[in-house]
Amino acid sequence: MAAADAALPGGDVWRNGLVQAVLWLNALVMLYPIAIMFLSGFKTTGEIYTSPFALPKSFSPANFITIWEQTNFARYLINSLLITSASTALTVAAGVMAAYALARYRFPGNGAIYLFFLACLMIPLKLAIIPLFIQLKALGLIDTRAGLVLVYTAMGLPSAIFIMTGFLRTLPSELEDSARIDGASEALIMTRVMLPLARPAMVIAAIHNAVPVWNDFFFPLVFIQNDRLKTLPQGLTVFMGEYNTEWGVLFAGLTLASLPITLLYIALSRQFISGMTQGALK
Amino acid sequence: MTAALPRSLWIAGLLAPALIITAVFVVVPLASALGYSLYSWNGLARGAFAGLENFRIVLFQPPFSTWTWAAFSHNIIAFLALMIVQNGTAFSLAFLLLKALPGHRFHRVVIFLPVILSSVIIGAMWKLFLNPIFGIINQGLIAIGLAGLAQPWLGQPSTALASIIFVNAWHWLGFPALLFLAGMQRISSEAIEAARLDGAGDWQLVRHVIWPLVAPATTVVAILTFIGSFNWFEMPYIMAGLDGSPGGATDVLGLYFYRTAFGNVTAGLQDFGRASALAVLMFVFIAVIAAWWARVLRAREIES
Repeated sequence: MAAADAALPGGDVWRNGLVQAVLWLNALVMLYPIAIMFLSGFKTTGEIYTSPFALPKSFSPANFITIWEQTNFARYLINSLLITSASTALTVAAGVMAAYALARYRFPGNGAIYLFFLACLMIPLKLAIIPLFIQLKALGLIDTRAGLVLVYTAMGLPSAIFIMTGFLRTLPSELEDSARIDGASEALIMTRVMLPLARPAMVIAAIHNAVPVWNDFFFPLVFIQNDRLKTLPQGLTVFMGEYNTEWGVLFAGLTLASLPITLLYIALSRQFISGMTQGALK
Repeated sequence: MTAALPRSLWIAGLLAPALIITAVFVVVPLASALGYSLYSWNGLARGAFAGLENFRIVLFQPPFSTWTWAAFSHNIIAFLALMIVQNGTAFSLAFLLLKALPGHRFHRVVIFLPVILSSVIIGAMWKLFLNPIFGIINQGLIAIGLAGLAQPWLGQPSTALASIIFVNAWHWLGFPALLFLAGMQRISSEAIEAARLDGAGDWQLVRHVIWPLVAPATTVVAILTFIGSFNWFEMPYIMAGLDGSPGGATDVLGLYFYRTAFGNVTAGLQDFGRASALAVLMFVFIAVIAAWWARVLRAREIES
């Protein structure tokens, strides 16, 4: 870590104090709205209107129970879990195969294929939504989870390949060579020798893809009409409409929807941060 | 040479799934969008070949062209505002985090927290906060004696777009901040110490050492902000609705494209031809400008 103040022995107490003050002010701006959202979930709607900044009178779970029992929240949650895990697994599996071929073998067309995936990296797939819609309809995949999973996999593959190829190229070839001399097959070398070493890159690629898929709203909006198949962000817009005057329930719903990923983030913040920023930086 | 064939088959087998999925769900749809834009459409059915007619309509024939250019101007405003407000703040915070004072890890985690949440959650939350009567923004302004500043943030054309841009900046701030921080941490500590020994203060250090050397991160942040601003959809959709209310003040190309493609409650009409023309124009605009700008920014990286 480059300490910017390294050459200032003793440091500047006043200036460091100011830096801390700005950082804490920023933390307040970031956390206060989320805290209000969380606390408002425990309030009655009247309480939110009359005393928006106060702590709730009681931490009654009534609003959360309403969400769980009277909306399809649990179903939306399961759909999001299924779609996110399936597309992430597919992306990492197909991605690591391609990345392995690109990183560990020399063959004609290697460079061109790598460039092709690189070119796909920046493409906003939203703009191809009309042909995608028609294509999925022709394949019978509109209003199915499988359709979403395939589109998300296609969307995630370029960055997954980019991240994992970069990592696999850095592995030394000695292990590979000695396994080859021992007569191990190419498949065995890949799955038993090399890929176990690539696990950190696979985790980063998985997070890099899972977070945007979990949060996505655009593709379900177009592809999914059946309420039983809706994802969590999409389902939230449904219930925001239904409960638009019951603010206690709305805030409880928003809190509940943000809870799974927030808890995961708090537990794995380092992996999340490097996972999400890694694809952007070389 | 018996191993040669199985080996090339093995490599082909490794590449096939990724190539097939990408071809079917990225390359073919993108190419089709171009084809679709050259036809007239009746709902889902393709009609007669129309040449560049769809492009002429969305670019030059009112009221369609009026909507296109109005939406485009809002994208430009969003892009410029995010570059200055969001990325400027992000750069400053990254520099403060670089000092690695006690608690910097906590601040890093905090600033990135909104980034991992869905635009739907963030947008809906702030929409409630910005409510003219019961939202905490106006209630807070009244509580501290600034009742005069309380206003219907999302309900009037003069503040609606700015409010959505602010929420978007709040949502994504951590992303450019941590990209800048990663870039700054790659600067060799010798370069920084040398500047310090020459008596450089913070301002000179940023101006002459950090800003030029953090150029690779700046390139990435600028290009991502550009691409994000010109296919912006979620935040305006959640906070202002599909019509870019009030009165189109928050309409952006993404919303206009979606309305043209899939219709909306008020107009109910959908036109795949015009929508595809819009998509092609947006795609070409984004690709050409991003490629050109990336070259300019990269050249700057090498210079410094």
